Amino acid sequence: MVFLALTLIAPLVAPFDPYEQDLSSALSPPSAEHWFGTDQYGRDTLSRVIYGTRTALLAIVMADGLALVLGGSLGLVAGYVGRGVDALIMRLVDVLLAFPYLLLALIIVAVLGPSLTNSVIAIGIIYTPQYARLMRGQVLTVQAADFVVAARAIGAGRLRVMLRHVLPNSFTPVLVLATLQSGAVVVETAGLSFLGLGAQPPSPDWGALLADGHGYFLTAWWIATFPGLAIFLVVVGFNLLGDALRDQYDPRLRVR
Amino acid sequence: MGKYVAARLIQLAFVMIGVSVVVFVTMHLLPGDVAQLLLGDHATNEQLQRLREQLGLDQPVWIQYARFMRGALTGDLGTSVQSNRPALDDVVAAFPVTLQLALASLMLASLGGVPIGVLSAVWRGSRFDTVVMTLTLFGVSMPIFWLGLMLLVLFAAGLGWLPVGGLMPVGLDPPRITGMSVIDSLLSGNATMIGASLRHMLLPAVTLASVPLALIARITRAEVLAAATLDHVRTARAKGVTEAQVITRHILRNAAIPIVTVIGLQLGLLLSGAVLTETIYSLPGLGRLMVDSILSRDYPVVQAGALFIAGLFVMVNLVVDILYAALDPRISRA
Repeated sequence: MVFLALTLIAPLVAPFDPYEQDLSSALSPPSAEHWFGTDQYGRDTLSRVIYGTRTALLAIVMADGLALVLGGSLGLVAGYVGRGVDALIMRLVDVLLAFPYLLLALIIVAVLGPSLTNSVIAIGIIYTPQYARLMRGQVLTVQAADFVVAARAIGAGRLRVMLRHVLPNSFTPVLVLATLQSGAVVVETAGLSFLGLGAQPPSPDWGALLADGHGYFLTAWWIATFPGLAIFLVVVGFNLLGDALRDQYDPRLRVR
Repeated sequence: MGKYVAARLIQLAFVMIGVSVVVFVTMHLLPGDVAQLLLGDHATNEQLQRLREQLGLDQPVWIQYARFMRGALTGDLGTSVQSNRPALDDVVAAFPVTLQLALASLMLASLGGVPIGVLSAVWRGSRFDTVVMTLTLFGVSMPIFWLGLMLLVLFAAGLGWLPVGGLMPVGLDPPRITGMSVIDSLLSGNATMIGASLRHMLLPAVTLASVPLALIARITRAEVLAAATLDHVRTARAKGVTEAQVITRHILRNAAIPIVTVIGLQLGLLLSGAVLTETIYSLPGLGRLMVDSILSRDYPVVQAGALFIAGLFVMVNLVVDILYAALDPRISRA
């Protein structure tokens, strides 16, 4: 909740502009004026951490959204159409799952070029197989239900049955998975930025802040400490939320 | 069992073909002209055309793929733009560093995670169990690149107990036998080298082991609790078998199979996750090579590394599956 609130009210609570440089106070330790200290350009670390919540939320929405739409669609078609289409889609899913997840993200970013948008697209793609498999499983169960059989019996077309009856009743576990994955998305987006393959300077992305901190850990421990703490707290929060949702809706769900 | 292994090997072959297609297609989606990239901005059109013919870039896609597969099977995956050496040679040279890090982390994670998980299950509901569950939740939530930086700040910069990075101190290199600094130091018999190599490996291994240790502890706890509810365990207790024997001879035997499987699967994930740890601690491993190659557009190395790592990951998962089937005959009969 705090995380979501900060994304909305960042300009109101951040004490400084996250991009404003003040070289006279570069690499200042935490103080009354700069609670989290300043970085090598004199930018306020607290303000950059607060604005970093926006990048993190954008990553969650885009990556989860892409995986949900792409994976959900593939799973829906594979499960509903079946036979050759199902086999082809599931073999593609198997091949994508054959890659260690970070390697696949690295390859995709190599093709698209380093940027926050491309790193988020890469993460969305690497999560697509999980959503496809889950959705397919749900569709196979739902389409055997009486109301689906009845819809077909009264002459409803295949597309109508798939979109009006099967899809709405298959979606809940997939949404739960999206919540479970949110913490991992934040970590992986930050990880790619940390490697220089995600958000580029001077973006106040948490991973990029950690990369800055890596260069100054001997002399300015605060630059890396507070952004990392922010990532950690957000991930713990999402993991606890996801555990609660999973217990509520589907205990069979497993996260990567 | 033989039929199961044969079926998995056939499946492996198809998956590897799929992996090679994905790597080939993504490398061919790269922006820009590969010939221009290799020869630079001052190359003439004739030079570019000659290189394109040499590399087969003017051929139909399916012929290019066939050449790529032939190269993959014979170990010829192009030449590194940076080092001017065969790309696969660069990959193979960097791999032992990553392997050493992954194995060290797996050992720490297993030796730490399994006993903690067992004790947490045996003492379920106790303060120890609560602390373990809380710490393991933190462990699986911890970004390892942040943990690595914090360990550096504390133990290297703050206390000065451990080095800030690298495989060995400057000027103290063990003879290159395996490419793994700890093993090579042990083989050299030089006590100073052995000590230095272990000190340099400690923080990276602890960093990379953090998430798998937490996962292994949680799964061990869950499997031990599940095995403890089985009928034969209740029977053993009813017969008067001591609790220690119930745990070691009845519960752990049943819990061991899924735990071993999870540990085996971690190795593949560690090989992938090592890239962040190698960056933090400046280790010249395969993960760091991949990142540097992407940033410097050294695409032959990216391609060679991708194929190598994906192939290794598939092989490791196959070995784990076969091991699982060997330990649990119900799997191979299914």
